[in-house]
Amino acid sequence: MTEQKVISRQTGVEEKQYKWGFEFDIESDNAPRGLNEDIVRFISAKKNEPDWMLEWRLKAFSHWKKQGEDASPKWAKVKFEEIDFQDIIYYSAPKSKDDAPESLDEVDPELIEAFDKLGIPLEEQKKLTGVAVDAVLDSVSVATTYQDMLEEAGVIFCPISEAVQKYPELVQKYLGSVVPYSDNFYATLNSAVFSDGSFCYVPPGVRCPIELMTYFRINEVDSGQFERTLIIADEGSYVSYLEGCTAPMRKTHQLHAAVVELVALKDAEIKYSTLQNWYPGDKDGNGGVFNFVTKRGAARGENSKISWTQVETGSAITWKYPSVILQGDNSVGEFYSVALVNNHQQADTGTKMIHIGKNTRSTIIAKGISAGKAENTYRGQVSILPNADNARNFTQCDSLLIGDECGAHTVPYIEVRNPSAQMGHEATTSKVNDDQLFYLQQRGIDLEEANYMIINGFCRGIFKELPFEFAMEASQLLRVSLEGTVG
Amino acid sequence: MVRNVAELDHYSSDFQKLQGSNKDNWITEIRGRAMETFTDIGLPIARKGNEKWKYTNVAPIARLPFKLAGSSNTPINVIKSVSPWSADWTNVVFVNGHFRKDLSDSSDELDMSTLAELDQKDTPVDELGSLIDISDDGFAALNTSFLQDGIVLRVEEGKKVKSPINLVFYSDGTPGVVSHPRIFVKADRGSSVSVIENYVGGGGDYSLTNSVSEIFVGEDAEVNHYRLLSESEHTFDVGYGRVNLSDNSVFNSRSFFKGANIGRYDLNVLIDGEYASCDLQGLYFTSGDQHMDNFINIDHAQPHGTSNLFYKGILDGKSRAVFGGTVLVRKIAQKTDSVQSDKNLILSPDAEVDSKPALFIYADDVKCAHGATAGNVDADTLFYMRSRGIDLETASKLLIYGFAGEVIDKVEVSELRDYLEEAFLTSLPSYRFEF
Repeated sequence: MTEQKVISRQTGVEEKQYKWGFEFDIESDNAPRGLNEDIVRFISAKKNEPDWMLEWRLKAFSHWKKQGEDASPKWAKVKFEEIDFQDIIYYSAPKSKDDAPESLDEVDPELIEAFDKLGIPLEEQKKLTGVAVDAVLDSVSVATTYQDMLEEAGVIFCPISEAVQKYPELVQKYLGSVVPYSDNFYATLNSAVFSDGSFCYVPPGVRCPIELMTYFRINEVDSGQFERTLIIADEGSYVSYLEGCTAPMRKTHQLHAAVVELVALKDAEIKYSTLQNWYPGDKDGNGGVFNFVTKRGAARGENSKISWTQVETGSAITWKYPSVILQGDNSVGEFYSVALVNNHQQADTGTKMIHIGKNTRSTIIAKGISAGKAENTYRGQVSILPNADNARNFTQCDSLLIGDECGAHTVPYIEVRNPSAQMGHEATTSKVNDDQLFYLQQRGIDLEEANYMIINGFCRGIFKELPFEFAMEASQLLRVSLEGTVG
Repeated sequence: MVRNVAELDHYSSDFQKLQGSNKDNWITEIRGRAMETFTDIGLPIARKGNEKWKYTNVAPIARLPFKLAGSSNTPINVIKSVSPWSADWTNVVFVNGHFRKDLSDSSDELDMSTLAELDQKDTPVDELGSLIDISDDGFAALNTSFLQDGIVLRVEEGKKVKSPINLVFYSDGTPGVVSHPRIFVKADRGSSVSVIENYVGGGGDYSLTNSVSEIFVGEDAEVNHYRLLSESEHTFDVGYGRVNLSDNSVFNSRSFFKGANIGRYDLNVLIDGEYASCDLQGLYFTSGDQHMDNFINIDHAQPHGTSNLFYKGILDGKSRAVFGGTVLVRKIAQKTDSVQSDKNLILSPDAEVDSKPALFIYADDVKCAHGATAGNVDADTLFYMRSRGIDLETASKLLIYGFAGEVIDKVEVSELRDYLEEAFLTSLPSYRFEF
């Protein structure tokens, strides 16, 4: 590990697009390669977990083993070589973690520098932007900022490993309640080996004073990242949560199989935003992250609301369907997504809206952009169950194609079992309008810039759902991801 | 696809008998190969990962030991009473899948023969089966295993056939039987023809109609295709249609569903020529325990194609309607213009609609859109009508009428349109919406 060369953003060979492709020279503490019961026990022991947590993991692992590797989902429109699950390092922690930093000051300065480089200067963020950051490097949460302020408000925001120790009753009550360990192949794997992630609990009536953010980073070669996030908004509370991800450039694929569970009780609202920028692989499709993620929210209480916003520009393969189970009467689910794929990237992403309660409403707006030789699929399900009187859904999926070697696909599943429902789905596919391009060029804007402007406009409706700083970053991401797609 | 040998055995004795009654020739060879395939793949009963049959469980059909239906001497007036019929049409009657020459018209406008006649003369139909992939569909394989009495229509170059060809497939209601209608249509360059496929009859007990049609539309040719499924509420009906379009050709399809216990229509149009266009429309009205599955696919394999897909459903009782359809635009098919839509009116709290309209697009210079809706009639519209003094019952009836009328109005054969208006509009439920 220590032998690794540091690639700075300047020397990043031809991938000027991916400026986050450096890796840190941080000593880490790895589990041996491969997966068996001992690894699960090893991870649990590393985290000093109570017995119930280990038992849950083992239950998940035995389920995963029993169903076999053939059980991995095959229905998505993505192609990849089979993953050798025994060739992955399931636990990798920066070594300095063993010394358990009490505060940021004690955090390994190299780590701080690493996060500075990522554009998440923990110290500065703390002072300036007022965003509480939980940074997860490889498998371990390394730093959480702004604890005092959150504590004052009564908000719990900490690594999930810490929550297991400190708030076992909350974790036990909600962990796996939205995504059970037997949910799907990757979620089961995650349940067995999840290493860290964020935990957040907002008590009744509290409006979380600042945005919460988790920053995920895979650093180690051949390591998988399996984080688990659990957010609970108790009655009448509100929380906005952001998530960002990057990874170094590697010749081999890396697996990222996360699980995110959201629970919104009566009158509560959760807003969850993701900027996913895992390494997408080089322009020939070598390397890149396999992003196989299960995200689901339960709008349990009356009048609760869960809103997902995602900007997906990274990963070799994205397989992700942030969903909302609309259980409470009058609950609301939203899904806003921009998925951009270039070169050999593949994305199969969308959402599920399950209407159970009365007067439930959901909105789905998905924008897909395909360039290069990439494949982009929107796959979504809207189910209106018999008791969901007066349920409403509106779905709109638009795709843009740049170049004639890419693909854009739309696969909606619509299941309506209540006559009072109103459900509408519409989708369009087209290319960037020649007339618009011509107009902009004729005004002196070069083709690439013109293209960017049009595509940025295409995505604007989604970006405006993001918190301000994130929207700026998303716009920038779009620009670098689009580089070289025209001409 | 999971193979289930036990459930296939009941077809084998009928198959042996059919093959044995024939001297070996082209038709026995086709049947033999198809039976091999069928034995291999079986019926698509798998529930997991079976996207083509995701919302329709064919186990009830696969389980039953259907016997090959025999002929019957049903009189003409019985058939006329249940089927669209006009003295101006060329009417061709099949009872239980067997051709009834005595009840059928002949035509001097086109070449019309049955497979049985061609079997006698030992003249193979060159392109028979070339549009279907039996290794991919157990029902089509089963149909091909029992090729016997299908109809072959060939329209010569430039010929505009005036009188619609009315193919009536009547089932006399014998319980536990299966028939395998087969239709082959080839419209040569610049010709045009209208073909009506009617599936009618059926009795108080279960039976299965398993049809396959192949339609070739030559350069500059036009085929108007109508399909009516109006059997009794105990029948199972599986239809499989494959259409191939050449340059500048036009294919219009209107499909109507009114009766069957489980109905399935799998239509796939391959746009295999430039500037070809197809317009596929359908109306399904399901009630009681009925289940209708429309699986309508369009494959744009050449540039400048146009396709319009427009299906509407009205659901009542405990019925269930499924719409599955894919528009595939291949890389070469630039300048494609495609619209796909499925609209459903749900009138009962126990009805269910499952719609899966998908787009797969590999070409960039295209215009493609799709939409799907499900729900009740618009409350504002109803309110408007009531504010003008129309009572709730009349208003709701008018709205359902209008909803169904949109597809029926586009039927160009006037006698058929009259028949459909009568058959559909009078039987629509007079539903009182509650708001």
